[in-house]
Amino acid sequence: MTPARAATLVALAAAVALPWLLRAFGAEFYLSVASRIVVFAIAATSLNLLLGYGGMVSLGHAAFVGLGAYASGVLLSEGVQSAGVHLLATVGVVAVAALLIGAVSLRTRGVYFIMITLAFAQMLFYLANSIKGYGGDEGLTLRTRMLLPGGVDLRDADSFYFVALAVLASTLLLLARFAASRFGRAVQALRDDEIRAEALGLPTFACKLVVFVAAGVLAGIAGALSVNLQGYVSPNVLHWTQSGTLLVMVILGGVGTLWGGVAGAAVLLLLQELLAAQTEHWEFWIGWVLLAVVLFARRGLAGVFERRRA
Amino acid sequence: MSPHGRPKGSYRSAEHEGTPVTALLDVRGLNKRFGGLVVTDRLDLQVQPREIHALIGPNGAGKTTLVAQLAGQLASDSGTVHFGGEDITRLVAHQRARRGLLRSFQITRLFKSLSVRENVAFAVQAGQGRTFSAWAPVRRDARLIEQAQAVLERIGLAARGDASIEQLSHGEQRALEVGLTLASRPLLVLLDEPMAGMGAQESAAMARLIEGLRDDCAVLLIEHDVDSVFRLADTVSVLVNGAIVASGRPDAVRNDPAVIAAYLGDAEDAS
Repeated sequence: MTPARAATLVALAAAVALPWLLRAFGAEFYLSVASRIVVFAIAATSLNLLLGYGGMVSLGHAAFVGLGAYASGVLLSEGVQSAGVHLLATVGVVAVAALLIGAVSLRTRGVYFIMITLAFAQMLFYLANSIKGYGGDEGLTLRTRMLLPGGVDLRDADSFYFVALAVLASTLLLLARFAASRFGRAVQALRDDEIRAEALGLPTFACKLVVFVAAGVLAGIAGALSVNLQGYVSPNVLHWTQSGTLLVMVILGGVGTLWGGVAGAAVLLLLQELLAAQTEHWEFWIGWVLLAVVLFARRGLAGVFERRRA
Repeated sequence: MSPHGRPKGSYRSAEHEGTPVTALLDVRGLNKRFGGLVVTDRLDLQVQPREIHALIGPNGAGKTTLVAQLAGQLASDSGTVHFGGEDITRLVAHQRARRGLLRSFQITRLFKSLSVRENVAFAVQAGQGRTFSAWAPVRRDARLIEQAQAVLERIGLAARGDASIEQLSHGEQRALEVGLTLASRPLLVLLDEPMAGMGAQESAAMARLIEGLRDDCAVLLIEHDVDSVFRLADTVSVLVNGAIVASGRPDAVRNDPAVIAAYLGDAEDAS
């Protein structure tokens, strides 16, 4: 067994044992923090797929988190709890939206791509604000949660944590396989030099669109999970500052590294938790941390441990 | 088209059936203008299968623009391009590449985050398709690695497979630049000044490499080094102001008065 694989298994074992560990120390409260980290880790990993692996800097990724959140939130408010229906609706809605937004946005590059993804996300933000039937700008408070087969209710904190953890683990497995595959190699090549990759026969637009939709769907699933964690969804999940938070997580954790999204989400949310208890100017101190990472660890926190992307 | 390879047969089978042999690449009345500037002017050009066809011309004649038009990076204003009997005028770059029309670049374009071998392996896989396979590890694809290694041997980089792009010398980078176009077994390669910036020894190695391609594919060679062009080429075409002013066997073109006036005279003065 390689050291990397051993470390992964240890991390997984620790994550699985976490609810019991917290209970043993009488710190059950932190399980909801852990769940939040896991959900954000999924969202940040999806952005890392787009940004780090695909080289597409989007400032509108919250649009897909928000669409997934609303898909699940609206279903819950209509009394639909079946996880299968939620999954189908979330994936369906987000995939169609990502396909349309991607088909338009991916015709642009660089700053224009940043601006057009931002514009789409803000459009959805204002749309969500205007839909009075589902809470409008006040958002939607939900009393029920998804039900999984076998009577697993996401209202139960342990159940939620394990379901989210399973989704995150699957995400990381898929991302690792993707990165080492033909498609992963193709995406890496087109990130280096799109014109050359195209000249060698790679359908670069289709490749980028597939990555864009996959990243969007994954973000949507994170959004659906977040609603089931908080029991609440509001237009704020679609706001561009949410896209910014995800970007900060990816940069902090390590752009284009397998564990970048996880490391970024964990460090940012824990810092928030710790600093917010000490000072109301916590964002100021997080700014310094971000600055230090950008200056001294260009590949982020995960990059310090990963020698080279697989 | 099968997902595993481009249709190679179309033009060769026509040859076997005794129908008139058409040129591999057949360009008719191609135009391109940037604003008021005419860069490609009603250009006609035929490249025959397995010939080394050199395209020379003074600076600003429109050589690199023409390569971009032929390979599909740049859309033409009007005119037609047929390849292997098929009208490819409306096809984009990756579609033309999948049909066996590959180009190299005057300014080296390699994939910096991939090793030398991975660069070639990617070029092989891009030519094959099956792009969206996202589960099986590409490093265990023995056939792909084998094909990549064969290309590395051909371009003299067999021992440099694990090197990164930055570790290659300029000459090695230029060899890899050409090697990427060979990875997918092309029918025609457009080589845009493959000897640019090379010393005498490296140029000679590149000339041998191009010479060796004659068995496998046709070459449209854009080159400034007139001496090596006349030694290598089966056919030489001269591009001046976006149009072909002379085309034929090297010795015929060398003595063409229009060519001497437009190009060779200047070049000899300069050297």
